[in-house]
Amino acid sequence: MASVVSRRSQRLREAVLGYLLILPALAVFGVFVFYPFARNFKLALYQTPPFPGLPSHYVGLHQVGQVLTSSNFLQSLLTTIFFVVLVVPAGLLLGLFLAVAAHRHLRGIAVYRIIFSSTVVSSVAVAALVFGTLMNPVVGFLPWLGINPHPPILENTTWALPAIAVMAVWQFLGLSFIIMSAGLSSLPEEVLEAARVDGASSWTTFWRVTVPLLSPTLFFGVVVATIYAFQTFGQIDILIGSQNAAYEHVNVLIYNVYTTLQINGDPGRAAVLSIALFLLTLTLTLVQMRFLERRVSYAS
Amino acid sequence: MPAEPVSDAPGAAAVLPAEGAVPRPQGAAPGEAHRPTPRAGRSRRRLRLVARYLLLTLGALVVLLPVYLTVVNSLLPEPALAHQPPYLYPSHAQWQNYSTAWVGGHLSIYLRNSVIQTAIIVVGQLVTSILAAYAFAFLRFPFRRTLFLLFLSTLMIPFEVTLITNLDTITSLGWYNTFAGLTVPFLATGFGTFLLRQAFLQIPRDLQEAAALDGYGHWRFMTRVAVPLARPSVAALAVFSFLGAWNQYLWPLVVTGNNNAVRTVQIGLKLLVGTNVSSVNVTLAGTVIAVTPLLILLIVFQKQLVRSLTAGAVK
Repeated sequence: MASVVSRRSQRLREAVLGYLLILPALAVFGVFVFYPFARNFKLALYQTPPFPGLPSHYVGLHQVGQVLTSSNFLQSLLTTIFFVVLVVPAGLLLGLFLAVAAHRHLRGIAVYRIIFSSTVVSSVAVAALVFGTLMNPVVGFLPWLGINPHPPILENTTWALPAIAVMAVWQFLGLSFIIMSAGLSSLPEEVLEAARVDGASSWTTFWRVTVPLLSPTLFFGVVVATIYAFQTFGQIDILIGSQNAAYEHVNVLIYNVYTTLQINGDPGRAAVLSIALFLLTLTLTLVQMRFLERRVSYAS
Repeated sequence: MPAEPVSDAPGAAAVLPAEGAVPRPQGAAPGEAHRPTPRAGRSRRRLRLVARYLLLTLGALVVLLPVYLTVVNSLLPEPALAHQPPYLYPSHAQWQNYSTAWVGGHLSIYLRNSVIQTAIIVVGQLVTSILAAYAFAFLRFPFRRTLFLLFLSTLMIPFEVTLITNLDTITSLGWYNTFAGLTVPFLATGFGTFLLRQAFLQIPRDLQEAAALDGYGHWRFMTRVAVPLARPSVAALAVFSFLGAWNQYLWPLVVTGNNNAVRTVQIGLKLLVGTNVSSVNVTLAGTVIAVTPLLILLIVFQKQLVRSLTAGAVK
């Protein structure tokens, strides 16, 4: 009898301890993740009054429809998709290329690896300032190479977004390289060896053996790169800003959320936009999982 | 950092091969069977090696060129910046650009703020993740699985969705423009909890039973056995948190105010562009100052960084 009671009390104590240990993290998540996430949906239903100080009033789905059909949102959505298309394939292919090149045990390879992964530590502010100078119409490198459009690149409605994309690709390259390298070094060496013994050229081996085996890594890379592209914010804020002539053409969704909230002071609209961005990210991730996983061949 | 769909296999994330950890006898094998003569084969292999080094060097140049030009421009006197053709090395280095950036750009304050902010976030994330991961790995309690999934679901919610309300919350708590406002929303991490739980699950059950026989309670087991054994993953999480916290931009931008009380170095860099002390060369000197701590971090902790960034990339 006593042992049953003591075992039960021991169980209870274990459970209480378990809850106590997860409590700190859970409290932070509750206040700063789950609550704001839920409240965002409510905010989307309330219209911000035209003058500060007035109470916001309930308009239901009216505001959601209004925002989602506005030309501001549609242009922002197109800009975001265009940006993703510019950044994701380029960032991943360059990372893969460098990882394949560095996947040999050669003298000095460690130095190359550090260089290739180095951009992972650059912050958005650092990347923005580095490239902002390169793209400056007066200072610089590009005018010397004969690249000096009018208006200057970062105020140019055509070139501002591709310029931000170049910056994003450069900054993402380090992470891309690291992910691809880890994938390469986890491949079963015997399979690659067998392909070589069978007389396959390195070109054939790469496309027929390495890439299929690497597909889980590539898949992971696509998801990470897409999310990275969706969240590119700082470069746009620092180099272009909302006063710029090219602003409309670089106004990706996340920047739109920020300007709507902080500059236009409209939390209702900002909430709708942020939900749209969230749903877009979520859908893309799920679609990618579906479509890519079907083609992915897992090594083990 | 998004996670792959979670497999329950213990250590899926924790036992990644560190880049280049296993020596591979690669260069030797290819083409052994069908090369025409030994000499022709050897010279062809040498040619390939040279080509590979050229390719690697070209890649390194492309990656480093923006950084190199930044360093050069940060050392030039201002009139020299517009010179055509541009200077490709600092022919007349002007080191006071760095002191101007340091003093005029208030970089010492911003760097101090960044260090404090980052330290709070890293320590906080480590503590909450270790505690929660320990509970998920070693303790049995009702709804454990559901709660763990709830933790993982935080990875799917991007920060910008919570931005609006978090700003309200911080303001109503009176934490606007304080270190609390800057850091408290980030004191827990679903990714970190996941990473450490995977590491804890690798610890053999026998060890836990042996420790229990020795009279170790949970607290002693956690601090003396579990955490030391999971040290590689703990270190990986620390480096990952450091990088994330140091490079934060959107949140510090909206939650810090006009005096420089808690502004971080990233915001400092943005402000350096706008202020009148700064010309381009001074701004770039500030940029170099801001990125140097992280470059050192990269070189020293490369392994841990790679481990944390690739958790989930390979199964």
